[in-house]
Amino acid sequence: MDINQRYTPQSWPEHPETATMEGKNKFIGFWLLLAAETVTFASLFATYLALKDKGPSGMEFSAAGLFELPLVFAMTMILLTSSLTSVYAMYHMKNHNFKAMQAWLGITVLLGATFLGLEIYEFNHYVHLGFGYTNSAFSSAFYTLVGTHGAHVLFGLSWFIALMLRNAKRGLNMYNAPKFYLASLYWHFIDVVWVFIFTVVYLMGVIG
Amino acid sequence: MSSIAQKKGFGATIWDFMTTVDHKKIAILYLISGGFFFLVGGIEAMMIRIQLAKAGNDFLSAGLYNEIITMHGTTMIFLASMPILLAFMNAIMPLQIGARDVAFPFLNSLGFWLFFFGGIFLNLSWFMGGAPDAGWTNYASLALASEGHGIDFYTLGLTISGFGTLIAGINFLVTIINMRAPGMTYMRMPLFTWTTFVASALILLAFPPLTVGLFFMVFDRLFGASFFAVEMGGNTIIWEHLFWIFGHPEVYILILPAFGIFSEIFAIFSRKRLFGYTALVFATILIGFYGFMVWAHHMFTVGLGPTANAVFALATMIIAVPTGIKIFNWLLTIWGGSISFTTPMIYAVAFIPSFVAGGVTGVMQAIAPLDYQLHDSYFIVAHFHYVIVGGVVLAILAGTHLYWPKMFGTMLSEKLGKWTFWFFFIGFHLTFFIQHFLGLMGMPRRVYTFGADQGWDLFNAISSAGAIFMAIGVIILLVNVVMTTIKNERVGNDPWGDGRTLEWAIPSPPPFYNFAQTPLVRGLDSFWIEKMEGNKKGMIFAEPLGDIHMPNNSFIPFVMSLGMFVASFGALYFLDGDKPWALAVLVIGLLITFGSMLVRSLKDDLGFHITKAELLKDAKGGNTDGH
Amino acid sequence: MAHDTHIHVRSKAEFEYAKKKRADEMRGHLATFAIMIFLTLIAFTMVAAGFSAYLIVPIILLLAGIQVILQLYYFMHMSGKGHGMVAFFMFCGMFVAFITVLALVTIVWW
Repeated sequence: MDINQRYTPQSWPEHPETATMEGKNKFIGFWLLLAAETVTFASLFATYLALKDKGPSGMEFSAAGLFELPLVFAMTMILLTSSLTSVYAMYHMKNHNFKAMQAWLGITVLLGATFLGLEIYEFNHYVHLGFGYTNSAFSSAFYTLVGTHGAHVLFGLSWFIALMLRNAKRGLNMYNAPKFYLASLYWHFIDVVWVFIFTVVYLMGVIG
Repeated sequence: MSSIAQKKGFGATIWDFMTTVDHKKIAILYLISGGFFFLVGGIEAMMIRIQLAKAGNDFLSAGLYNEIITMHGTTMIFLASMPILLAFMNAIMPLQIGARDVAFPFLNSLGFWLFFFGGIFLNLSWFMGGAPDAGWTNYASLALASEGHGIDFYTLGLTISGFGTLIAGINFLVTIINMRAPGMTYMRMPLFTWTTFVASALILLAFPPLTVGLFFMVFDRLFGASFFAVEMGGNTIIWEHLFWIFGHPEVYILILPAFGIFSEIFAIFSRKRLFGYTALVFATILIGFYGFMVWAHHMFTVGLGPTANAVFALATMIIAVPTGIKIFNWLLTIWGGSISFTTPMIYAVAFIPSFVAGGVTGVMQAIAPLDYQLHDSYFIVAHFHYVIVGGVVLAILAGTHLYWPKMFGTMLSEKLGKWTFWFFFIGFHLTFFIQHFLGLMGMPRRVYTFGADQGWDLFNAISSAGAIFMAIGVIILLVNVVMTTIKNERVGNDPWGDGRTLEWAIPSPPPFYNFAQTPLVRGLDSFWIEKMEGNKKGMIFAEPLGDIHMPNNSFIPFVMSLGMFVASFGALYFLDGDKPWALAVLVIGLLITFGSMLVRSLKDDLGFHITKAELLKDAKGGNTDGH
Repeated sequence: MAHDTHIHVRSKAEFEYAKKKRADEMRGHLATFAIMIFLTLIAFTMVAAGFSAYLIVPIILLLAGIQVILQLYYFMHMSGKGHGMVAFFMFCGMFVAFITVLALVTIVWW
């Protein structure tokens, strides 16, 4: 694989992410990592469900009393939209349109950062209510589950930014196309996890 | 060990191993460090047996005894058995499928260094205020009550080495999925490759629950969370579930590669194709699948209720079926074969009755009501030592003799090898067979001593005598290793004379690019087919001789793992009031790790090419051992 | 492995066809996105409307399941060529995930 090889949209392969052996390996390896992540998050969800609303006797906090849906709704919409914008970015990657891809990735990063900001605001709000990390088994499980997701968002953002900056001058090639593709897969996976978080933690929490 | 090491200075060799991404060298690293931890765990085992040799012994204090049994179990499982098996997987599996290296050479090195630093961190606990003492299962109610930092060494050390193992698992899976030589279909893969594949899949899906459980434990003990603290609404059963959701697949992660090694041995030394290859493959997959549905049989006495106990009891009995299929296939492989009783082969033959004994007691314990009687007694200790020593450790010893020439280019002495076998094998049965009866007589496990009036003296003394035999066996093996290394008689491609698979078709040790030309595989036991057809080269080629692309060495994996190691000390002392520097150490460690990650992703690493001319020169000069 | 990248320049017709196919696919993705937003709206509305928990919980879990399938099969192309092993391992992961959750919501002490 020659990193200096220049491509035109016409010579750019149909599936640049798996066009090289290295790309193929990364592609399979990353999906396997996602399978492992599925089990990781399942363990976190399972623990959260077992410890939901559990605390020292007389604990004043419960999921039904704590969570507020409008903020969660906004966060959900933002993250879902960022999933679509990363699909657009990959669409342009496959068209070998580097500028458009960078632009869509930029939008994705902005949306992701907004999501993360809202999450920090939410956590901060709960902590001010007295619902700190060490408050109860419930709070530990809640912050660990949602916080792990937040850490994934942060990692995804850093990954996108690093890729965009590193490749800003040299454009798309066979060496970085798999990297962009995997970063966007990661982003979709983060969205998948959030779908379950808003359903299982927030919606089912509010119901009680 | 290799000729390249003799040409280079000592420092250069060390540097080479610290930066290597070559799967064969990483295998040697795994073997050496796994072997080291095996000796450490063995010394701990000897101390346990000395303490229990007579009634009311005071060789060890009760507290120290707890630390030693905990570290013995943890070391043997996580730091000895698994790494040594990973060594064989690394050394042999890529050769068996005709690949030039694993899919991610860089990650391979990272996986090793994470395991290594995790293991060192765990063992540093001995010198830094006491080892973990809540048993290798580290049940939460015990662990949370444990004073000092022992448990924190356990959780943080295993977290680091667990990441390493997960990375190794993903790496092997991708290697097998993507890098098989042309013609090497899934149903032509040697059985050791198959078991590597399934064991890696189990690693992939079983390690995440352990990691999550360990994180919970770290947060509970060091950052004030309360996942397991009952007074804060926590639940200690969650730890047990997460631990055993990992823990039961873990025993299959250990035993499947052992099955793979024995399958190779039976075929080679019976000079026969494996009987029922297809059945063996599907039994392997089935064991992997069932492995995830039986974990609660470790928790029958917790009180999960009759329904749960019944379901898990049935599932546990079912898993004996594919294992039985394997046993019969091996027996029928030997049947009518032209058998040569080499050292690996006698290990393999001895393995069958030993492992069956362990399996049968396993089915006994699957009966939940009986398990209420056997639980936490020496019967359990006897059972799991029969499967792990009788299965995994025998496979490790057999594999060491079988693959030593392929890894180091020289044969271990057959004579000393047989001495090792007899001492170890007799010692093993002497130690553990009698423990079944100790268990039935009511001796509880994990208790540091017993009274003279309990009638357990004689059996315990016999058990301790057996342990000495095993120790002598291991010492003879070490002597064997030193002697063969000094003698250094070089061997050819196929030192056993009856190799069947691709790894025996290339030099021992193989050149660093493994195959100058990628082989074309025409069936199961590819090398055997070519031999039978009189092909002197041992393989036919899928490509003309041409340039080979190879990855660059890298020091980054070492640094990345070192960062985790440093950060762990910060986390360990985070809540200690008198150590304000802990947070700084934690941050510095994480910065080292994430910084080196960033360097890795920003700096292009495109590897280098070996030219056709160099390959031709290597082939002519017989120099196949390095640059 | 040095020779594993062949530069294949597609003919004009091939190129135009591939481009059009991708554009069609992108329109499909937009439709998928619309469905996802719609499903999310239903879930939130049901909870806000305050139906019985026994009605809501199964429905919103089902909606979440559909969203995940849409993400995996459309946005992440899991049905595409060369995804056989990927799908196998993802389903194995989901299976282990399922029994883990099942165990921890049923057989822990309360």
